[in-house]
Amino acid sequence: MIELHDLTKRYGKTLAVDRLSFKVPQGVVTGFLGPNGAGKSTTMRMILDLDRPTGGRVTIDGKRYGQLSEPLKYIGALLEAKAVHPGRTARDHLLWLAQSNRIPERRVDEALGLVGLTPVARKRARGFSLGMGQRLGIACALLGDPEIVMFDEPVNGLDPEGILWIRNLMKRLAAEGRTVFVSSHLMSEMAVTADHLVVIGRGRLLADLPMAEFIRRNSRSAVRLRTPQPERLLDALAGAGVRHEAGPTGSVEVVDGDLAALGELAAANGVVLHELSPQQASLEEAFMQMTADAVEYHAGDGPGRDAAGAPGVWGADWKGGAAGQPAARGTEEN
Amino acid sequence: MASFPAVLRSEWTKIRSVRSTIWTLALTFVVTLGVGALLSLLTNNNFEEFRSDNTPFDATGTAFSGILLGELAIIVFGVLAIGNEYSSGMIRVTLAAVPQRGTLLTGKAVVLGGLALAVSLVTAFLTFFTGQALLGDHSTSLGEPNVLRAVFGAALYLTMLCLFSAGVTTMLHNQTLALGVLVPFFFLLSPILSAVPGAKTVAHYFPDYAGSRMLLVYEQNGQPYGPWAGFLICLAWTVAALAGGALVLKNRDA
Ligand SMILES: Nc1ncnc2c1ncn2[C@@H]1O[C@H](COP(=O)(O)OP(=O)(O)OP(=O)(O)O)[C@@H](O)[C@H]1O
Ligand SMILES: [Mg+2]
Repeated sequence: MIELHDLTKRYGKTLAVDRLSFKVPQGVVTGFLGPNGAGKSTTMRMILDLDRPTGGRVTIDGKRYGQLSEPLKYIGALLEAKAVHPGRTARDHLLWLAQSNRIPERRVDEALGLVGLTPVARKRARGFSLGMGQRLGIACALLGDPEIVMFDEPVNGLDPEGILWIRNLMKRLAAEGRTVFVSSHLMSEMAVTADHLVVIGRGRLLADLPMAEFIRRNSRSAVRLRTPQPERLLDALAGAGVRHEAGPTGSVEVVDGDLAALGELAAANGVVLHELSPQQASLEEAFMQMTADAVEYHAGDGPGRDAAGAPGVWGADWKGGAAGQPAARGTEEN
Repeated sequence: MASFPAVLRSEWTKIRSVRSTIWTLALTFVVTLGVGALLSLLTNNNFEEFRSDNTPFDATGTAFSGILLGELAIIVFGVLAIGNEYSSGMIRVTLAAVPQRGTLLTGKAVVLGGLALAVSLVTAFLTFFTGQALLGDHSTSLGEPNVLRAVFGAALYLTMLCLFSAGVTTMLHNQTLALGVLVPFFFLLSPILSAVPGAKTVAHYFPDYAGSRMLLVYEQNGQPYGPWAGFLICLAWTVAALAGGALVLKNRDA
């Protein structure tokens, strides 16, 4: 399990990561989401002890990364796609990596097979496409058969087939009981892969909750009605005890409304409808809303207004089951 | 903790699996031997013209005339062996695998130094024998005073310059920059300063001048120190460069 405690990183004047505390739950895919420059890569580099934190600490199974003996057997990571000497073959690249952690040589061929690079095992990395480079990086991450895998924006620049492959790979790894920690700046991508979600903006924790919870809270569905006879419609709705709110351009919206029932209600009351349509707020919008607020929060210096508008309750119901998980950002240690 | 033999094996695989290793080391050998052979042949054929003063003739030094160029090749080898990790971004993969940075650099230095020493020894002895064969009547032999030491000195000289360059590259963590600093240093600054009366004394303590003292067979006039002091000064530079590299590597974000 990866645990971050008040992890902070400052580059000169840039506060890249700001007192970040969360745990990456075991055995599931955790999406690490944030807009460009949020500090995702910096956080991942600190997890691997590549960049030294300005403050706070991060542990893997309770140990600092540098204390792990043969770390590739605990945690495998893909940070950059083409971090390979262009003149070295794929197999030799995996071989030196395996030898450094006393991983048996047969794992090299297994890992190549796992990512489908066996046919080009003895080809120099110079000629590899972005997708092949990505697969080689993933083979490196899987080489030591680690409990934890960490990918930094693995689908960046990949074609749809490559994206699908990575998506399925991550699900498979989690199904095998591994912990998958994957960064992205696309909520739509995470919505289909991640079981858990950690959102950061400007280096700060914005949300830490199960994906299902996020979807439940943010995928507001509503029925939109538009009519030339608004009074009649409102009377009819009031008469049936249906709660409603004002929609855009004079329309009326009923949250979680039933399309058929509302149509019938309008007909029964002789209301002419110009529109009767289901509305779905996108997760991407919810995510942008959340991170935009983070920017606002940093720009001004008002009190810690929760990005989601629900201070401290993010994932509260789920938290009962998994004790010790911090809820939303800003909540100091308890 | 990372196992040191495992780090050595891994670094050995790295170094043997890129072509630049073969090229630079082959070039070290060919250039040192080739230029030495050529000058030995020329000297033998034109001995009287070449010899004007009455200092003793240094047959060993003549055979090693090409070492200045061989040195360039082995410096490039040292720079690339370290620098390609930075240019490719592989250094992060390496450090994630071996987070004990001191152990890592030690492993690299041992593998790099071991390979450089092996190639340098072969180069030094073959260069010596080839040179002597071509010098005919003017040749010397390993049995003559100081000659064997000078041949070993040539090998150590190349090895230490290689490790010095590796250390400097680790400090600069950029191979282009390292080449841009080292090549002008050894091939412009050092020779120019050695010729300037005032700056001479400073240049005499540079690693290349100091190291090249190990090749001397005869006492020369105006020589600031002998071969053993030269060895120690060159060694000190090498150790300092590697220690500086370790310091930078340990404290820097990768
Ligand atoms: N080595 C560095 N030196 C100086 N500033 C840095 C360094 N690395 C990152 N930063 C800064 O820290 C902030 C966070 O960057 P980081 O790369 O971690 O973001 P990210 O979430 O990974 O973004 P992206 O989605 O673009 O990959 C940025 O403002 C970036 O400019
Ligand atoms: Mg990034």
